Amino acid sequence: MTRNVAIIGTGHTKFGVRNDVNLQELAWEAIKQALEEAGIEQKDIEYFTVGNVGMWSSEELPAVVIGEYSDLTPKGTMRVEAACASGSAALRDAYLAIKSGEADIALAVGVEQMSQSPTPQVVELIGRAGDYFWEFENFGLTFPGYYALYASAYMSKYGMKEEDLGHIAVKAHYYGSRNPYAQFQREITMEEYLKSRPVAWPLKLLDSSPITDGAAAVILASENIAKKYTDSPVWIVSQGVGSGTANLSRREDFTHIEAARFAAEQAYKKAKISFDESYKKFDVAEVHDCFTIAEIMAYEDLGFAKRGEGYLMAREDQTYIGGKIPVNVDGGLKAKGHPIGATGVSMAVSITRQLLYRAPKGTQIDVRNGMGIIHNVGGTGHYAYVTIFSTRRPEP
Amino acid sequence: MTILEPREKIQKEISSLISMLDFVVNQTGLPIIKDQKNGNKLWVSTRELTLRYQIPINRTSKFFEGLKEGKVLATKCNRCNTVYFPPQDDCPKCKASSLEWVEIPPEGEVITFTKINVKPMSFSHYNDYVVGIVKMSNGVNVLGWINTDSPRIGMKVKLKVYERKPEGYLTYGFEPL
Repeated sequence: MTRNVAIIGTGHTKFGVRNDVNLQELAWEAIKQALEEAGIEQKDIEYFTVGNVGMWSSEELPAVVIGEYSDLTPKGTMRVEAACASGSAALRDAYLAIKSGEADIALAVGVEQMSQSPTPQVVELIGRAGDYFWEFENFGLTFPGYYALYASAYMSKYGMKEEDLGHIAVKAHYYGSRNPYAQFQREITMEEYLKSRPVAWPLKLLDSSPITDGAAAVILASENIAKKYTDSPVWIVSQGVGSGTANLSRREDFTHIEAARFAAEQAYKKAKISFDESYKKFDVAEVHDCFTIAEIMAYEDLGFAKRGEGYLMAREDQTYIGGKIPVNVDGGLKAKGHPIGATGVSMAVSITRQLLYRAPKGTQIDVRNGMGIIHNVGGTGHYAYVTIFSTRRPEP
Repeated sequence: MTILEPREKIQKEISSLISMLDFVVNQTGLPIIKDQKNGNKLWVSTRELTLRYQIPINRTSKFFEGLKEGKVLATKCNRCNTVYFPPQDDCPKCKASSLEWVEIPPEGEVITFTKINVKPMSFSHYNDYVVGIVKMSNGVNVLGWINTDSPRIGMKVKLKVYERKPEGYLTYGFEPL
């Protein structure tokens, strides 16, 4: 048995340094909002999944700590980890629970509180995300460092310039300054971008998403139940998943993220969307711009641009509202912030609100086809989740 | 030249922070500080967690013996001819074990690189370092530090075993040719 799955409620906290609350208080902010939006109570939720990477925060069993605080005990739960795609992994688990008929209403919450540890330790912990012994122990790679290996190779192969990456950062801050939930509320200029200090050549501070605290939640329901609670469900049409080698040196190509391409092909196939014309189907996209280079590769891995031409979309500002396809018009990871375990759920919240004309002023897209897509990558192409949403009920 | 040296430096920094915390506890009776930027109250945990892993290497110990002889070794499956680097003693494709050990040829070409400016805590005692992925002449990729100030893609480099300072242990990396 497989069934249609709809989003019936969303919740999203302000992102940033959120040490005004602890981890469970932060998660509850998003959960409470989602419950109120859906018009349901905790007793209606049959199952919940928590996306959280942790390590930098004190709670080792975040799912049950959040369950207790949010009055969800004794419902079944688990914490899921897919690095920076943990939020999408949480969404997937809740989605499959409903799709399979195991539950009628489920909650996916993503939360991360990275400010509990000092920055050098956070840099250390994320740097260890890969092949620990052969990449970190002896060579001290960092998260920007891993993506910088892609940026150098891409620049060398296709002639992309620093300024092309700068366009991504400038766009992110342009929309971030219009999103009240975003960590960075200020626009930046190309000059500021070019002057920002290097963190891992060729990537600079202003190429990088920040260390962030934040939470996001979605409530999912089966078709029959969704009808009872809302007239405007947003459906999950399909999802594709993929993985990449732990060790980057085991990969052949450093100009695209193969796992993301693999996940996109699956999601498109299930949704009957042709790869080369995908951009025509979607009114809006949320892609994983943990670093500016990642957004450029995402354009290509999702088929919005041909191989080696993604940077031209940035150079020509084709991903602002009104362009070829609006991408990350909530500020993206770069300006909205990247609370690792929450990001995938935050993307789902942004797309849902966009498709329902509930985006903040200055960031609302025109809804034509009623479809949106999220591309959430964990680690450096270690995990990939591509999820397609629609306001139109899918064929079951 | 020891592993202890950089550790003691970090320990000194931690100890000076703990002394400040002791002062706060003495004055107020609680380990609570205020975030200097936003004034939020924070309980500073009185419990510290230090992790130092012990990673099993029995199955790949030949690699480390190789370093002592100045060689960088990979493994090779004699059924499917796949060369594994990092070395592993199982070929999952053939479900074979006890693979052959082969030396990686020293010449290679840089296929991508970065220079790490913002370093992890446990690397904070090094100068900025260049990390590259090098395609060796046998087609296998090896990741390591490149000892150069002007790296570029396509640069010819030589793989060598050297002593990592200040820790004083053997590792491998690249020199420009």
